[in-house]
Amino acid sequence: MLKILKYSFYDLMRSRWSYVYFMFYLLLGFVLLFLNNDVDKAVITLMNIIIVLTPLIGTIFGVMYYYNSKEFTELLLAQPINRSKIFMGQYLGISISLTLSLVLGLGIPFVLYGLFQSAAIFNFSLLLVVGAFLNFIFVALSYNIALSTENKIKGFGYAILMWLFLAVIYDGIFLIFLVLFNSYPLDKFSLAATMFNPIDLSRILILLKLDISALLGYTGAVFKQFFGTNFGLFIALGLLTIWIILPVLRMNLKVKKKDF
Amino acid sequence: MAKRAFLFLLLVPLLTYANIIKVCKSCKETELSSAIAHAQKGDTILIYSGVYKARNLIIKIPLTIIGIDNPTIDGENKGTILSVNTDYFSIQNLTIINVGRSFTKDYAAILIAHSKHFTIKNLKLRNLFFGILIEKSHFGLIENNHISSVSLSEAGSGNGIHMWHTSDVIIKNNDLSGLRDGIYLEFVSNSVISNNKSYQNLRYGLHFMFSDKNEYHHNLFKNNGAGVAVMFSKNIKMHDNAFILNWGSASYGLLLKEINDAEIVNNTFEQNTIGINVEGSSRINYKNNTFLRNGWALKVRGACYQNKFTNNNFLNNAFDLSYNSELNDNFFNNNYWSEYTGYDLDKNGIGDVPYRPVKLFSYIVNKTPETLILLRSLFVDIINFSEKVSPVFTPDDLLDNKPLMKKAND
Repeated sequence: MLKILKYSFYDLMRSRWSYVYFMFYLLLGFVLLFLNNDVDKAVITLMNIIIVLTPLIGTIFGVMYYYNSKEFTELLLAQPINRSKIFMGQYLGISISLTLSLVLGLGIPFVLYGLFQSAAIFNFSLLLVVGAFLNFIFVALSYNIALSTENKIKGFGYAILMWLFLAVIYDGIFLIFLVLFNSYPLDKFSLAATMFNPIDLSRILILLKLDISALLGYTGAVFKQFFGTNFGLFIALGLLTIWIILPVLRMNLKVKKKDF
Repeated sequence: MAKRAFLFLLLVPLLTYANIIKVCKSCKETELSSAIAHAQKGDTILIYSGVYKARNLIIKIPLTIIGIDNPTIDGENKGTILSVNTDYFSIQNLTIINVGRSFTKDYAAILIAHSKHFTIKNLKLRNLFFGILIEKSHFGLIENNHISSVSLSEAGSGNGIHMWHTSDVIIKNNDLSGLRDGIYLEFVSNSVISNNKSYQNLRYGLHFMFSDKNEYHHNLFKNNGAGVAVMFSKNIKMHDNAFILNWGSASYGLLLKEINDAEIVNNTFEQNTIGINVEGSSRINYKNNTFLRNGWALKVRGACYQNKFTNNNFLNNAFDLSYNSELNDNFFNNNYWSEYTGYDLDKNGIGDVPYRPVKLFSYIVNKTPETLILLRSLFVDIINFSEKVSPVFTPDDLLDNKPLMKKAND
């Protein structure tokens, strides 16, 4: 598995896209800090970007890589190698290279602008950790979609739809529910609803750490009570881990049965 | 008015033949109570350093009490320490500690009732119920006092400076913390409150009730339970104050309720859950204020008419304005909004496209507070954008027609 991981990783590193992605974050970091020169505020702006963009790029990279390397994968499958090792290698290769681009791309400008002297270091690390989780989750989800769909165009379509659903439509449905049933106590419902969406979960986690929870009123207080403590933080990160494990398990099952 | 009061105080010693009574451990008078009993009209009592146990001292003739080398009066937690019921009273340079607490009586370190021309200066008041309690008195000066206590519950604590049916008082340079309300005014008029620091109080830093024609300026209100409340009052001038970090789920920088004809100028509102919460208030001028990183900069609830918002800076607030009515009779002009995305083709410093301060999401949150959980979600940005392009839900005429391109007064 390590060999395949290494191969996928180097393959991606050699391809221009990894660098483009890295340069994009690097530029973004510098521009953000150049524009307001305040590490604290830059972290807030960055949150919006990480929560929307990281899943999107993870999704597209995952699908693209699967379809592009399909012929090579079939060649590998002819060899006496365990199937799940091949796909796990590829999966980890993409996820790790994407995460590396994110962490280095954003880390370098922030460190240069004095992150270590700033109180924002914890928030910033949380942001990167959440970004890494989102990378792993969305690459796994998109790999699942690609494995289940032979048609390239359809696969892309489903993957983008999945991103659109989790990033936008889910919140819309959530909002409609909250407005429709506002005469009922909704705090437990909101808590559960955020857990079923990794993007919402990450957003709430960062928002609470940025201490705007007082703004969120009663529901916010319930959330703060749940996620605000260290225990809650671990639960949230645990939930994100489950969001990685479930798609990866399904991927392995699918791979075993799939007729290539 | 205030000047007149001060002049009187200066002239008082010249008009009377005053004796000086000294109080210390080795003097003829060793206790404050006997010194007060022996004092004649207009005398000066000098208290030298040491701790004096005293309670329920009653002063009925004009006196001046001055502490030398910081003496302490200890009330032993038993009730009001000093009650004053006379004109021309002055007290300076003392420390007063341990006022008794009660659920039925308003015990205070100093109670001034039915008096005119009083001066309270350079006192340190510690471990209090009420600090300075003033009833039906006029023409006073309260300056440079340091009042603090440890308040645990609203019912079991008192206010730092509490005034009732009082007029023409100057309150300046005081430091108030750990109380219920830092300063509380009820039926007070013609008074000026300036350069005070009021922080970490359980309820409000400053609280007005039914108090017309007052002014407060250059004060700092920080970290209070709920900032400053101004209620049921007319003609109040509020300028150059700072409202900082009044942060909590039911907190705000400034609460206005039934306030008419006020001026709110040059204030700073920073990191409050709600910068200003306005309810039933009309004809108020908001000018040159800065709202920085608040949850809501302005929350306008019902029945607010003919208010003018000009030359204010709205910087990085989660919501600039929340508005719960579909009618608008308030006037926004020439403000700077950090979220304004318009352009200025003729380079006159004023944006060519009007700015709509009320977002759709802020409207939804008003109807259903639970939806706040979706703050900063992409979906919310999208609906806000579509509402901005063609407003359907938010008041049509609620806009700043001439938004500034650069911060006001920068």
